[in-house]
Amino acid sequence: MARMSGAKALTEALKREKVENIFGIIGGALLPIHDVLSDSGIRHIIARHEQGAAHAADGYARASGRAGVCMATSGPGATNLVTGIANAYLDSSPVIALTGQVNAYSATSSYMIGRDAFQEADIIGITTPITKYNCQVKSASEIPKAVRMTFHIATTGRPGPALIDIPKDTQTKIEEMDFPSNIQIRGYKPNIEPHPIQVKKAVKLLLKAERPIILAGGGTITSNASPELLQIAELLMAPVATTFMGKSCFPENHPLSMGNIGMHGTRVANKVILEADVILAIGTRFQDRSTGTLDDFCPDAKIIHIDIDAAEIGKNVDVEVPIVADAKVTLKLIHQQLVHRIKKKEGSPWVDRVKELKDKFLSEMDFGEGDLTSPKLLKELRRILPKNAIVATEVGQNQMWAALHFQTYKPRTFISSGGLGTMGFGFPASIGAKVACPSCPVVDIAGDGSFRMTEQELGTSVTEDIPVIVVILNNSMLGMVAQWQRLFYNRKYAAVELGSLPDFAKLAQSYGAEGTRVGSLKEFSAAMKKALKNEVTTVIDVPISPEADVFPMVPPGKGLKDTIAGM
Amino acid sequence: MAQEHNHIISTIVENKPGVLYTVSNLFRRRGFNIDNISVGPAEESGLARMTIMVRGDDRTIEQVVKQLNKLIDVIKVTRLDPEHIVTRELSLIKVNALNTKARSDIINYAEIFRARVVDVSSESLMMEITGTSEKIDAFICLLKPFGVREVARTGITALSRGAKSVKVDE
Repeated sequence: MARMSGAKALTEALKREKVENIFGIIGGALLPIHDVLSDSGIRHIIARHEQGAAHAADGYARASGRAGVCMATSGPGATNLVTGIANAYLDSSPVIALTGQVNAYSATSSYMIGRDAFQEADIIGITTPITKYNCQVKSASEIPKAVRMTFHIATTGRPGPALIDIPKDTQTKIEEMDFPSNIQIRGYKPNIEPHPIQVKKAVKLLLKAERPIILAGGGTITSNASPELLQIAELLMAPVATTFMGKSCFPENHPLSMGNIGMHGTRVANKVILEADVILAIGTRFQDRSTGTLDDFCPDAKIIHIDIDAAEIGKNVDVEVPIVADAKVTLKLIHQQLVHRIKKKEGSPWVDRVKELKDKFLSEMDFGEGDLTSPKLLKELRRILPKNAIVATEVGQNQMWAALHFQTYKPRTFISSGGLGTMGFGFPASIGAKVACPSCPVVDIAGDGSFRMTEQELGTSVTEDIPVIVVILNNSMLGMVAQWQRLFYNRKYAAVELGSLPDFAKLAQSYGAEGTRVGSLKEFSAAMKKALKNEVTTVIDVPISPEADVFPMVPPGKGLKDTIAGM
Repeated sequence: MAQEHNHIISTIVENKPGVLYTVSNLFRRRGFNIDNISVGPAEESGLARMTIMVRGDDRTIEQVVKQLNKLIDVIKVTRLDPEHIVTRELSLIKVNALNTKARSDIINYAEIFRARVVDVSSESLMMEITGTSEKIDAFICLLKPFGVREVARTGITALSRGAKSVKVDE
């Protein structure tokens, strides 16, 4: 027990959670916190918009596997975090949001919240549907426990964002503080260990399978289960397809890697999964973008579904063997039981079939007409970047091209907004990733439309010396929507042409960053290599054809079997 | 279409501000329909029991239970078996009683339904009735010809029969 102010207690509690960085913007309701924070040893990185702060915390969390923290003042500061929090919620990312709030009590002890004071917003009400947990402290002494609870809930089980709303008067009040290390939350006990009978059933089904496939989702990365996944895949000689969120959990240069399934999945992944008789699904929620229409999704295959969130099991598809548990723990157990009963397979008709399909589709892959196309650029980018490089993407064509053509080898090296599809996520997220992994090069693969939604974070990147490289695939369009209008709306463009664009190179330079425009693949390579060597924030503007489409594609409302290769 | 039924879900929640909002918000967001809900303190202090009646097919109800379980302030969720529960609802009904004949008829009906008169004025009677929702529906229906002025119903509350209980494990 110790006496201190609420602000001091907050920074102490954050240090106990090993918080080293906070992304945020100050404001009136945060003054007492910042007064203490600036002497605390925790680095506060000033974002240029709170949305950027939330995305940066998200990028930090995804790259590091630890909680990312953002902080904003009451009212508009807090509401500006909302997109970032929703984004973290849909992708199960442990983002902690701290918000200032107007005074809870007046000098005469009357309750003040709810009287619509200046910069008051009901951020608890607003974020309830998009946080795993949120709370508002009513007194200073509640702060340490609120921090412990929030971090515990955000980072365990199926991770997710959590928010603490901190009225200004609780920041200044000096009270007795008790810092709990372990807390019991009666309504929250994630199940880690799988039920032994379910594991046995899964093993039995996998042993019987003639055409097994592994479908690995984002949960594989969250639970750090990549080594176990690799072991099982190689033991069973089972092809591994990933969902969009699962990308990077399995090395994509491995012969068993099929790439992503889904709307913009690879042709081989979308084909092979439909031929499988048993699907080992790990940490995935069978979202519509992955499965296509559910009636056509593997109607005859038996599914083993491992997920730490019981609510995901049976939500979209019927499951033969449900396992509610941590993916890593479960895969380890499955492997232990398999390894005694199976000799490492050298080949099988299924393995031959998969290889045949993979070779066929690879040879037919379309990299586009001309020298400087997005697929060719991404292939070249992969060649240049070291294996530990982290790639973030924006949302739209840039994102789907990256998923298709930029191979990943290590988990947590591909960071993208999968669930919410937030344009403007990639750039601030790459800043967060760079803070988490300062020794790794970090590249944001952007489109011109997305980049302009959070481009002001160039100020953050330069001022705080967090060098990242932005590659803008610039078609002066909201390209993915334009593609849909070309394909499904008789080529009628509506509200997709962005007209007058800034000179992105000059824009970068005006912030004190490097900026360059390239006209060929060779120039791109040179610019990229220079940026990697310089280690300063660099924007590389790459003009691409406004007519370029992302293929393969499963048209909306269709099944994976309807994957079209191109026009 | 799978068959839709009424289901009763009994939950134990932290008895603190905002819990009702969190729970009702979940129903709204996921498109589950609350038919009725009643809330009150549970046997243990600091906890409340929410009894929720929800309509849907089996898959929907399974999702309701799983999603409720995910809420941090929700401690225990149980789907009550309709064959083995006692359900009750309390209702206050204000009915016109403009003459002696009406008054004595209403009191006769009340006796049959084991309702009680709890307030009397020169023009009206207020009745209190406890029972299953169907019983209350029937009683109100019977009173309609006299002119029902106001009805206040608590919504359903329920417990499972026998010694088995929906309690919080330590």
